[in-house]
Amino acid sequence: MKTAELQVFPGKFMEPRLSHREDPKQPKPATRAKGRKPVGRDQKWAADLRDMYKSVLDEPLPDSFTDLLRKLDQADDA
Amino acid sequence: MPERHQHHGQDRDFSAELVRILPHLRAFARGLCGSADLADDLVQEAASKAWAARNRFEPGTSLKAWTFTILRNHFLNEIRKYRREINLGDDTTHLNLAERPKQEDQLHLNDLELALQKLPDDRREALLLVGASGFSYEEAAEVCGVALGTMKSRVSRARVALADIMRTSQQ
Repeated sequence: MKTAELQVFPGKFMEPRLSHREDPKQPKPATRAKGRKPVGRDQKWAADLRDMYKSVLDEPLPDSFTDLLRKLDQADDA
Repeated sequence: MPERHQHHGQDRDFSAELVRILPHLRAFARGLCGSADLADDLVQEAASKAWAARNRFEPGTSLKAWTFTILRNHFLNEIRKYRREINLGDDTTHLNLAERPKQEDQLHLNDLELALQKLPDDRREALLLVGASGFSYEEAAEVCGVALGTMKSRVSRARVALADIMRTSQQ
């Protein structure tokens, strides 16, 4: 945390040697992981949720829908 | 008469579009109530309502959003009715909707479906609409009759809650 704060003002607070060693574009893993949700696992269930939904989309309509479909079909014949 | 012809044409378009949306309604309803049979009942009732009210549909707007709204409202009415019956019938005052599918066919539900049923109704529907049905936050807010900010907050809370439930269930 301290290093991150220092990096904001490298010229002022940090020795040049240190700022050379640490690439500011490469955030340190320890700092990054802190306070973050485990993204991988969250994405897993989010994808599962979409799959669950899609699996129902792919099902053929059950026989119980026959009456409804017949009613809606009458619009075509009218 | 030309007017009649036009009317029939609109009915035909409406009915064809409604039939195309049925699988989406089934998927949404299944996620809402966690029971395939109950979901299909809800969908057929909602589709009948939509068909009966077709003259109130504004052409050019989203029929999918419109029918989802009908389904969702019908579902909530059914839950309220069910809870009232339970409350009047005996002392089991703590039953919620999730208990009904649980009694019927909990055995068929996987971890994710079970976790979904543990969410409060408003968060579950929010997550399904945005995270599965492909609605934008704006459309989902409209379907549920809430402000955009409310919808965003519900989806975000639902995501956190579901992730937590899934995490603990895997341990």
